[in-house]
Amino acid sequence: MTTTRSALAASIDPATEAALDELMLSMADDEFVIGFSDSEWTGIAPILEEDIAMSSLAQDELGHARALYELLADLRGDGQTADAIAYDREPGDYRHARLLDHGRGDWAMTIARRYFYDTADGTRLEGLATSSFAPLRELVDKIRREERYHVMHATTWLERLARHPGEPRERLVAALEELAPDAATVFTPLDGEAQLVETGLIAEPMTALEARWRATITPLFVGLDLPMPPSGDLDRGRTTHGEPFRWLWGEFTSVRRSDPGAIW
Amino acid sequence: MSVTAPIVDESAVRAALAEITDPEIPTISILDLGIVHRAEVGSDGTIRIDLLPTFVGCPAIELIRSAVNDRLQSFGRPVEVSVSFEVPWTSDRISPEGRERLRRSGFAPPADIDAVHCPYCDSIRVAMDSIFGPTLCRSLFYCRDCRQPFEAFKPI
Repeated sequence: MTTTRSALAASIDPATEAALDELMLSMADDEFVIGFSDSEWTGIAPILEEDIAMSSLAQDELGHARALYELLADLRGDGQTADAIAYDREPGDYRHARLLDHGRGDWAMTIARRYFYDTADGTRLEGLATSSFAPLRELVDKIRREERYHVMHATTWLERLARHPGEPRERLVAALEELAPDAATVFTPLDGEAQLVETGLIAEPMTALEARWRATITPLFVGLDLPMPPSGDLDRGRTTHGEPFRWLWGEFTSVRRSDPGAIW
Repeated sequence: MSVTAPIVDESAVRAALAEITDPEIPTISILDLGIVHRAEVGSDGTIRIDLLPTFVGCPAIELIRSAVNDRLQSFGRPVEVSVSFEVPWTSDRISPEGRERLRRSGFAPPADIDAVHCPYCDSIRVAMDSIFGPTLCRSLFYCRDCRQPFEAFKPI
């Protein structure tokens, strides 16, 4: 147990600090895992523009993850680096949403996942826009400006696939149905959530944010006659990671594990 | 004979920073790009610089940080260069001179999608090919008049 507290944590009471730690770790892990998944498309996306798009999206998300892990490392102040938090955990210790645990899949699956994630992330970031924790609020302000482009990209593709009868639409609907039970897992309630809301770190509880997110995506889903994801079971929505994630974890930690402690 | 120490104040520091260019677009200085948030000389003589990344995941920021650090060593003072998100970098921070330099290098300065002009022939008859381009901060366009592909800075 740490006895000294970081300068960043000094103004926050320990219960709030634990809740903030949980929130930032879940956000950072989400961005890290989707960023790594998307980078798998580099070189093999359906068209050249999408090679560039997926590579840029991946680079953005990994950049956001790094900034969040760095903030978390500062908050903890225990000497652990951002890289150590990102890479030196066992698969079961990651806290990303189960939505991101379905493997890369085909292009339709990638678009369906990106659409659910980008819109959910947008709602979550909105809930942090007035956060009482200034370093997170400032970072979120910057990140939201970039995420706007991600939502545009995902929406354009969702519409394109949905409006094209036959294989594109069929594959999209199949992907949306496979993801449906986990679509809302970005809003999995956090243990310390009441504390976060009470201290103004986040504007609303996750269930309220989830309702906001559903209201945001409903018009497009109705317009395109696509199946809305049902209110799923969010229990353990960030703690049960299956085989596809074990494989991804093996990939993204392979360099780090090949020579522990190496410095570039 | 004693050597007169050079004056180290904010304007001297800024003049030095004006010599450092963006590694991805070497015709524009980091001052014109608007990424220098703070350049101060503390009462203890320490030079403190805060940089704003154009994008959170900008891979050039570490290179810029070390270039700033190297350049300022010549003042013979302690130098601290930090990366900050205290205010967001936005494309409005690019100076008029910076926008002109971008255009002359073949990049359309940041503008809304329907206000992008071709940097070569100034035509407004342009089409966006891809929101995403070779770096995080640029998109791909095509000019229907002079038939040149070009890159535009994303408004952010």
